[in-house]
Amino acid sequence: MKKLSDLKIGEKAVVTAVNGEGAIRRRLFDMGITPGAEVYLRKKAPLGDPIEIALRGYELTLRKAEAAHVEVKEC
Amino acid sequence: MLKFALAGNPNSGKTTLFNALTGSTAHVGNWPGVTVDKKEGVYKKGPEPVEIIDLPGIYSLSPYTPEEVITRNYLLDGEADGIINIVDATNLERNLYLTTQIMEVDIPIVVALNMADVLRKNGDSIDVKTLERRIGLPVVEISALKGDNVDLLMERALQAVKEKRAGTSILKGSIIWPAISNAEIALKLKDVPAPLFHAIKLVEKDEIEVKNHPAEAQAVQAFIKENVCKKEENGIDAEAEIADARYKYITAHFSSTLTRARKPSYDHLSKSDKADKVLTHKIWGLPIFLVVLFLIFHLTFSDDLFFIGAMSGGFGGRAETLAEHPVGYIFFGGGLNTPGMILFNLMDTLTSLVGEGLTLGLEAMKAHPGLVDFIVEGMWGGVASVLSFLPQILVLFLFFSILEDSGYMARVAFMLDRIFRRFGVSGRAFMPMIMGFGCSVPAMINTRTMSDEKEREATVRVIPFFTCGAKTPILLAVAGAFVAYFKIGNADVITYAMYLAGILAAMISLLVMRSTTKRGEVSPFIMELPTYHVPGFKNLMLHLWDKAKHFLQKAFTIILLSCIVIRLLSVFTWNWTYIGEDMDKSILASLGQFIQPLFTPLGFGSQIPQYGWVFAVAAITGLIAKEDVIATFGTLAACLGAVLSQEQLDGGVAQVAYLIEVTGITKAAVISFIIFNMLTIPCFAAVAAAKGETAKGKFKWTLLFWIATSYVVSAAVYTIGEFVWPVAIWAVAIAAAVVGIVIYNKHMNKKEARAKLLGK
Repeated sequence: MKKLSDLKIGEKAVVTAVNGEGAIRRRLFDMGITPGAEVYLRKKAPLGDPIEIALRGYELTLRKAEAAHVEVKEC
Repeated sequence: MLKFALAGNPNSGKTTLFNALTGSTAHVGNWPGVTVDKKEGVYKKGPEPVEIIDLPGIYSLSPYTPEEVITRNYLLDGEADGIINIVDATNLERNLYLTTQIMEVDIPIVVALNMADVLRKNGDSIDVKTLERRIGLPVVEISALKGDNVDLLMERALQAVKEKRAGTSILKGSIIWPAISNAEIALKLKDVPAPLFHAIKLVEKDEIEVKNHPAEAQAVQAFIKENVCKKEENGIDAEAEIADARYKYITAHFSSTLTRARKPSYDHLSKSDKADKVLTHKIWGLPIFLVVLFLIFHLTFSDDLFFIGAMSGGFGGRAETLAEHPVGYIFFGGGLNTPGMILFNLMDTLTSLVGEGLTLGLEAMKAHPGLVDFIVEGMWGGVASVLSFLPQILVLFLFFSILEDSGYMARVAFMLDRIFRRFGVSGRAFMPMIMGFGCSVPAMINTRTMSDEKEREATVRVIPFFTCGAKTPILLAVAGAFVAYFKIGNADVITYAMYLAGILAAMISLLVMRSTTKRGEVSPFIMELPTYHVPGFKNLMLHLWDKAKHFLQKAFTIILLSCIVIRLLSVFTWNWTYIGEDMDKSILASLGQFIQPLFTPLGFGSQIPQYGWVFAVAAITGLIAKEDVIATFGTLAACLGAVLSQEQLDGGVAQVAYLIEVTGITKAAVISFIIFNMLTIPCFAAVAAAKGETAKGKFKWTLLFWIATSYVVSAAVYTIGEFVWPVAIWAVAIAAAVVGIVIYNKHMNKKEARAKLLGK
């Protein structure tokens, strides 16, 4: 099972599920990370973490730890 | 008066619209979450005045961060007659997600499609008529920045509030709808206002809602289990289902109203993307940030632009004083002056001209010499020594505004999060900390964008360590005097070093607090990265004007007043006899001598018999406003009869140098004095702000933290600098503290891990 945190720079994927709980999960939903959303890993921060993804026409940054809650599949 | 609330995503231009509507000059930045409290203003261009409320930007009406709760409560309280929902047209999907939630409340709504100009510039267009029909709300295309269609928006808003509106939801048709509609009926029976909104939140198992309606919450969950889950094999997660349904609906019905000139592709790089590629580069990103930071401080404070003077072996024709060479004084120091320095010297010239003018005017009026002294040196001297730093503070502030407005600051948080996390805070803490270099008060309020309370409180505590504009004069004047009097070191280097020492103190304090009293996991870092744009000139000037106004107001009110009080206390004895220059018998002297012993371990206490109390007095007046420290020195130097030329009088350096001379304070004690003032309790305004941002009844610990930190660090600096041998004692003490904290931390980590296991 692939996670959002496993994506390589320049890779595209589709969100299949969002795990985790409480505030983090809710925030991920609110920011548009819902099943079916297409995500693209734009880049990683100079120290490797957090990551920057493009989705729904905007740029979002989140940590790998948070991205690990998001399951994705290739599209 | 009718009330309209502005609601929308962070960074969607709410505050810009607020300013355009009300003619106000509220702070705007290209950083999600600049507005963290609600602001009020009046729109006067319509048929009747209308009150406008700017609410903090939010992505959702969920209950997780303080600003989300502020906005949610405000919208639900029924205080507003209508809502203007700002939607960033260049980021339609995510912005409309909030719209689909707001429309569930029973209030008239108008959608303001902001940044329509940017959209058109990109060649894209939105079919407003279709969007309006599908969403069921009036939609107006506007540009808040240029003021386009802003009046039309208000016209539509005034029209909309004429009729009552009941909440509508796009969730009809989703599999969760039966549960929602049942909950709505139950809440209607209880006479809950905005039942649809509350019903949906109840189905989502929203914390606040479940607490308010526990019985209904149980019924709803039972209903879902009975009726909805039967159809689904794996059970159902209402929260995910609802968020998903909202975005699906938006993609299916609203996104199609947007026509793009170019098919979106991840490979195509806009100008913003190209800039970003360099600025957050894997290798160069962090060095570029450090260079930018250095350049900002260099251009603001250095008197040797790009070190041309040092490299060319000094400039010929250097002017030391104004009288020697007026033009040279302004533009040349050891080399070419930097913009900050040129403005500093200009201001210096200006204040000394005013001082001379005052003297001439008063003498022409045949005023008593004591009165001339009192007005020119006591009052004007004190205020001028503070005023002279205004240009540099403004230049520094301008640079930070540019960085914030352009969107670079958000990237810096992105780059630094990894490092910040090591100290126990998320990259989000970066913004309030950087704002702290301007003023602690807005910086402390800005911590509201942080969701974790302990992390937030720890951040509030260390914000004063980021040397603010008012503390800058202490650094510049005392460091300048230190170099001028002891003839060692370099004022520039001392100033930089003190800034860095403040940052270091903040980081160490964070680390210690987060592993002892403020333990907890680092809060999540999920943040929008705004598109870069060139900062608007008008916007920048508004920021600057605001800052200058605030500073000037302070200089001519609270600082002027303290100068007068200090001057009076220093020329009179307890039985109100005028003593003139024999200050040791004054009221101030006896008060100062009373508290003086407190500062003995720091080097500026009882070991300075001659006038040593001036340092104690200055440190205490700093609690009113930090500018007062230097203003006090200015006033006291004049009282002591410092014979200084008019140019020397302004700027504070000569006055402090004079005080160092007459008191015989040591080098180590001077440095200790600077450090004490940087780390101790901040000014009155910042203390009030910090109290407002910390939990009730817990503020005394914050005060204690400031006193203890400043006292211990200054004592260490003084004793080591003065006698060297105490270095051994301090080393042992620090080592013991570090070991203690590490052991405690490990112990607590284990305990917490065990508790977690048991909990599961």
